[in-house]
Amino acid sequence: MFNAITITAVPVLDQDDALAFYVGKLGFKVTNDVDMGFMRWLTIALPSDPERHLLLEVPGPPALSEEVGSQVRDLLTKGALGLACVLTTDDCRKTFEDLSGKGVEFTQDPTDQPYGIDCALRDPFGNQIRITQPHQGPVEITEADKARWRAGAESS
Amino acid sequence: MSAAEDANRRLLRARDAIDRHFAAPLDVPALARVALMSPAHFIRQFKAAFGEPPHRYLQRRRVERAMALLRDSAWTITEVSLAVGFNSTGTFSRTFKAVVGQSPSTYRGRSQPLPAPDCVVRAWTRPAARAVVATGSSSFGEAAVPTGP
Repeated sequence: MFNAITITAVPVLDQDDALAFYVGKLGFKVTNDVDMGFMRWLTIALPSDPERHLLLEVPGPPALSEEVGSQVRDLLTKGALGLACVLTTDDCRKTFEDLSGKGVEFTQDPTDQPYGIDCALRDPFGNQIRITQPHQGPVEITEADKARWRAGAESS
Repeated sequence: MSAAEDANRRLLRARDAIDRHFAAPLDVPALARVALMSPAHFIRQFKAAFGEPPHRYLQRRRVERAMALLRDSAWTITEVSLAVGFNSTGTFSRTFKAVVGQSPSTYRGRSQPLPAPDCVVRAWTRPAARAVVATGSSSFGEAAVPTGP
């Protein structure tokens, strides 16, 4: 029925500040920047994944009432709008070091997980972004994993 | 960014510091500095933004991390309590039981590793409100700060 996820909206408080962060620090490229008069259509994508765009949109009038826009921005800056995206990388720890050097705010240090290594950061507005370095190749399923899953299935 | 949004964002920065550095000896003055607020103002504003005061948020984060280590590791209760930032096993066990409703060893015996990514576990299994729990952690500094009207 569907082919792909092509655009996902990410709420931001200021589109120029968003570009300084997503392009200037994280390495996204601007894919559309169009002044439509009533709004600025601004999308970014990773150079390695140019067909999947993030739409950087400021919640407010006239799309939302002043009051509702303010409520959305309140939740955004409290971190309550959740996850903007999960990005994959070949080297989570190096990415963490590079971005930390650029002043990016991390909320979780690189951590070993069964599926790889991951860490998490905040954008300047409150969105969470997670970075995952998936394990390469086949992941071995151990007897301990099977026992854990059986126990989980039986207890649920 | 409005003044309120800016204050929210600074409070979120302090809450993120709790989530990232929960095992360190955090106190109100240090977290208030992260939020660029006076300690008394920080405590009030944190509660207004997130629905619970900062010491409670920290306590529940530590208990949540302890629950994860009890489920997933073979560490002793003492090792778990130190790893999540408690100074004494006694304080840890009292706090854990008050928050979770069972002792750390009982919890360990009745629980299994959760088949979910760590970030989901952290976000969704931090214990919710039960009784108000005395932390026994006077070093946090919240009680020493006059909160005012």
